[in-house]
Amino acid sequence: MSRIRETFASLKRAGRGGFIPFITAGDPDLTTTELLLVELAAAGADIIELGVPFSDPVADGETIQRASERALRKGVTLRDVLTCIARAKQHIDVPIVLFSYFNPLLNFGRDRLANDAKEAGVDAILVTDLIPEEAHTWIETLIQFDLDPIFLVAPTTSDKRLKQIAREARGFIYAVSRAGVTGARDEMTDDAEALVKRVRLVSDLPVAVGFGISTAEQVREVLRFADAAVIGSAIVSQIEELAKSPDLVRRVGEFARSLLAPKSNDSHQQGTLPSPARR
Amino acid sequence: MQKSQITKSEPDERGHWGRFGGRYVPEILVAPLEELTEEFTRARHDNDFWQKLNQLLRDYAGRPTPLFHARRLTAHAGGAQIYLKREDLLHTGAHKINNAMGQVLLARQMGKRRVIAETGAGQHGVATATVCALFGLRCIIYMGAEDVRRQALNVFQMRLLGAEVITVNAGTRTLKDAINEAMRDWVTNVHDTYYLLGSALGPHPYPLMVREFQSVIGREAREQMLSASGKLPRALIACVGGGSNAIGLFHPFIADEQVRLIGVEAGGRGDSLGEHAARFHTDAKSGGGRIGVLQGMMSYVLQDLNGQIATTHSISAGLDYSAIGPEHAFLHDNGRAEYIRSSDSEALEGLELCAKLEGIIPALETAHAIMPAIQIARELPRDDAIIVNLSGRGDKDVQLVADLKNR
Repeated sequence: MSRIRETFASLKRAGRGGFIPFITAGDPDLTTTELLLVELAAAGADIIELGVPFSDPVADGETIQRASERALRKGVTLRDVLTCIARAKQHIDVPIVLFSYFNPLLNFGRDRLANDAKEAGVDAILVTDLIPEEAHTWIETLIQFDLDPIFLVAPTTSDKRLKQIAREARGFIYAVSRAGVTGARDEMTDDAEALVKRVRLVSDLPVAVGFGISTAEQVREVLRFADAAVIGSAIVSQIEELAKSPDLVRRVGEFARSLLAPKSNDSHQQGTLPSPARR
Repeated sequence: MQKSQITKSEPDERGHWGRFGGRYVPEILVAPLEELTEEFTRARHDNDFWQKLNQLLRDYAGRPTPLFHARRLTAHAGGAQIYLKREDLLHTGAHKINNAMGQVLLARQMGKRRVIAETGAGQHGVATATVCALFGLRCIIYMGAEDVRRQALNVFQMRLLGAEVITVNAGTRTLKDAINEAMRDWVTNVHDTYYLLGSALGPHPYPLMVREFQSVIGREAREQMLSASGKLPRALIACVGGGSNAIGLFHPFIADEQVRLIGVEAGGRGDSLGEHAARFHTDAKSGGGRIGVLQGMMSYVLQDLNGQIATTHSISAGLDYSAIGPEHAFLHDNGRAEYIRSSDSEALEGLELCAKLEGIIPALETAHAIMPAIQIARELPRDDAIIVNLSGRGDKDVQLVADLKNR
């Protein structure tokens, strides 16, 4: 069983939902990213998604676009990102999902990437602009190297495609909560819950929901029906705001902990997330 | 490459020409792309659709365009007869309206009331704003800040036509960034929005669909050439940004293997990465055009050694783009088409020569094809002919050229 599946199995045993923070590698610099990985693990991350910076992030809103730009200005490469993961993994055990656009991976080379990512301690790879139809050889290679290929599903995804995607995916399925690019939103729509229900009809894989989740309340809301919540832009904006602060790592850790805070009136649940509603 | 594949140049059902093309998009766009593919496939085989489109292209846009025998350019070159396919005479001043008109009919059939588009030089933006005005659709055009600056006249035209022009300040502030922003808009407003992409690039079905709407150029040119001289031209020459005017001219000639197909990329102001927009050119030290994935397609993409998309430079906004349409990548690799480069200064020289010898001021994009055409004509006997796609007129560039000459 993959590390990701083990994580979800133990979450299920513990009766709680998973917390998956996302950060962009190299923002504001690689040393900080390494420290952030360690801090986020300590703050209760069950899995961490680490974004590979790319020049043309079409699926991302302004917050993550700017994070990518900051990292690229520092000259961060995919090789650097893998090195950073390997260093952090000496201190932490949390599964890492490498989150990337396709071109940097294609440029790196399929076998070389799978081999080097595995060696660095990467557990899964999610490619934003690679749908299963275009991914056959990549899926084979990743599985061969014991890396989980993670795929996105969206509210626009038909039931027929959900089935196809579920067949190809490993680890978990990432459900995009709504139409749009990444970025914090005040309101969550009902789209996410409806989508997760549809996924559950065709797959036993755990379902993580992401895009637009930025508050503890939204995390709780999502974990009513999903197995994990992904929080990206909200954390990346904290990093942006604190970029010059000597306290950056500690304060981002505090922010992550605050996302896991229970409602103030149910203190008996302190430190745990509400359990997901299973099928 | 098998001969049958070359002569057909048809993609598979998922939009692949060999390894090129396809659909490399966020999952959220798969459903609207499938819907569009269905609508286009139906329209492609629907006589009523083509009748309606052809009537609009005739009565509104001004088709057919002339194939003009450029005698003074021919005399200047001293070789094969040079013919100009006058797409610049179309309403809105460029070939772009052929595609915009076709796609707006699809948008209407699909019941979409909001149309978005990207534009580089502004020609596609103007064409889109025009057809949206004609059909009373809301129109939003994304344009890079750098292009807004150098194509101010087109920006004002789009606004006069009722379009909202959104300036894109991200990245290199050119066509590539305008496409990124249009894609983000589409991802967000997918339920009511039609993305009217302007070149033969992007995810399937766009490269195929845009080619089909632009192939009217080559079909007309082929008939006109045959009736004028009784034989096929020896070569076709067209500038290539994304590649829609070139593929539109080339495609009806693909099976005529004696006809050379020559695409002219923007050579910019130098050979190193960032100084040009020549996707088939690689510099070992800094990187260059290699097979990659950008904006929904696999093709040749200008990129650095780490797979980050490179900045480009061209004097012409319409050629200033890091990737090339996938069918061109396919025709390049199988050898059916040739791709050469023309620099900023050659483009300016071509523009002036065409103006002075023929009384036609071509767009700076188009002007890239003039000097190479003269060179190619010179190498051929006088009883042969070549066709240059005069894809757009130069009114929009006059101010820029004046500024450059006064420097």
